[in-house]
Amino acid sequence: MKTFATTNPEKGQIVYRDRKRFLWISALFFPLGALTGVGLYSFTGREWSLVVPLVLFYGGTALLDWLLGEDTSNPPEELVSQLEDDKFYRWLPILTVPMHFVVLILIAWFAGTHDVSWAGMLALALTAGLYSGLGINTAHELGHKKSDLERRLARIVSAVPAYGHFCVEHNRGHHRHVATPADPASSRMGENIYKFACREIPGAFRRGWIAEKERLTRQRKSVWHYENEILQSYALTAVLQISLVAVFGWVMVPFLAVHNFFAWWQLTSANYIEHYGLLRRQNANGTFEHCQPYHSWNANHVASNVVLFHLERHSDHHAHPTRRYQTLRSFPDLPSLPNGYMGMYFVALLPMLWYRVMDRRLLSLPHINGDLSLVNIDPARRAAIEARYSKSLPRAVTA
Amino acid sequence: MSIHVCPDCGYAYDDALGDRREGYPPGTRFEQLPNDFVCPDCAVRAKADFVCHDQ
Repeated sequence: MKTFATTNPEKGQIVYRDRKRFLWISALFFPLGALTGVGLYSFTGREWSLVVPLVLFYGGTALLDWLLGEDTSNPPEELVSQLEDDKFYRWLPILTVPMHFVVLILIAWFAGTHDVSWAGMLALALTAGLYSGLGINTAHELGHKKSDLERRLARIVSAVPAYGHFCVEHNRGHHRHVATPADPASSRMGENIYKFACREIPGAFRRGWIAEKERLTRQRKSVWHYENEILQSYALTAVLQISLVAVFGWVMVPFLAVHNFFAWWQLTSANYIEHYGLLRRQNANGTFEHCQPYHSWNANHVASNVVLFHLERHSDHHAHPTRRYQTLRSFPDLPSLPNGYMGMYFVALLPMLWYRVMDRRLLSLPHINGDLSLVNIDPARRAAIEARYSKSLPRAVTA
Repeated sequence: MSIHVCPDCGYAYDDALGDRREGYPPGTRFEQLPNDFVCPDCAVRAKADFVCHDQ
């Protein structure tokens, strides 16, 4: 395994080996996981095999997170630049980009050429959507980087799940306004995921479009100019998805609708769990304090972090958005999720269970300490939440 | 002319170069940028946070 080393005048020789270095390669094999259902069906001829990828991905990853637990190790700061410059890490997300096109086309081919029931078709569309949801994650990792190549590839891979506004909206909208009441991509305490989705999905599109329009207006160009990066990505979506309909027939219309929605749903799920109830303080001039690590829920679980390019090291990601996945750090006393994302996605589907798992965890955070004025609360639920929690938890001590 | 640097990610705004992609032509002084300007690369530092390096 590659050893990173440097000599520091004060600390002497500093050596680091990334324990996850080879685990990151698994990103190249996830397409095979997505295609296991189709492969098994070819052998068994039984439709139940089409749900295997979904069970493997959600159940398997959540189980592995529980079995393998957490990894809280960090690279030494002195070696971060070496890690960031290492081409091995840089190429892995890039190499996954074409795979997202290949997997969608292969599953669409199977769906369009095999006589399967509506349930089998649903499993195929969800599986394709699952892998395209990982495409949004790849777009996320690449879209935060500064090189033209990585940014361009982020827009290209966003086209697979028809989510072309993602990079613009996420970088210039969500990161700027995260953990504030105005952010449609930060969930509020007492807000269930279904209500959140109705606010997040249209709100994110609107904010991304406005940001891109403002950028083009400064360039004295129309929002419909070909340099509109949102339209570029959606144009590629149109070519891809209209071609699939043309080749494989009208069955592709519901197939792609479910595929697209399920890919979006994974982003919605991630956004829902990443900042639930967390709130940045507002300064006297109306601006908000800088995003700190405790403004994001973090998870150090090994398996799901490997699946998601360290997305779950979300606290460091939001505090320092351009850091590459291999250098994201864990810190002590962070808001911490009890399982990785796949397990928490399940919990989020059941609002009562979600509140039970998360609400007291939220209010017990050191920087909140029961003070509801420091929580991002759904206005419609504020009265009920205040009635329930204002007396049962210790309030922050004020001088 | 001066260069202003984002203290989080190192993005540098050079008055002489501007930022074509963001719609600020060469010669646009940092002070002329809109008040709600945020770092185009990381978006987590605002205009007031940028560090000036006079030339």
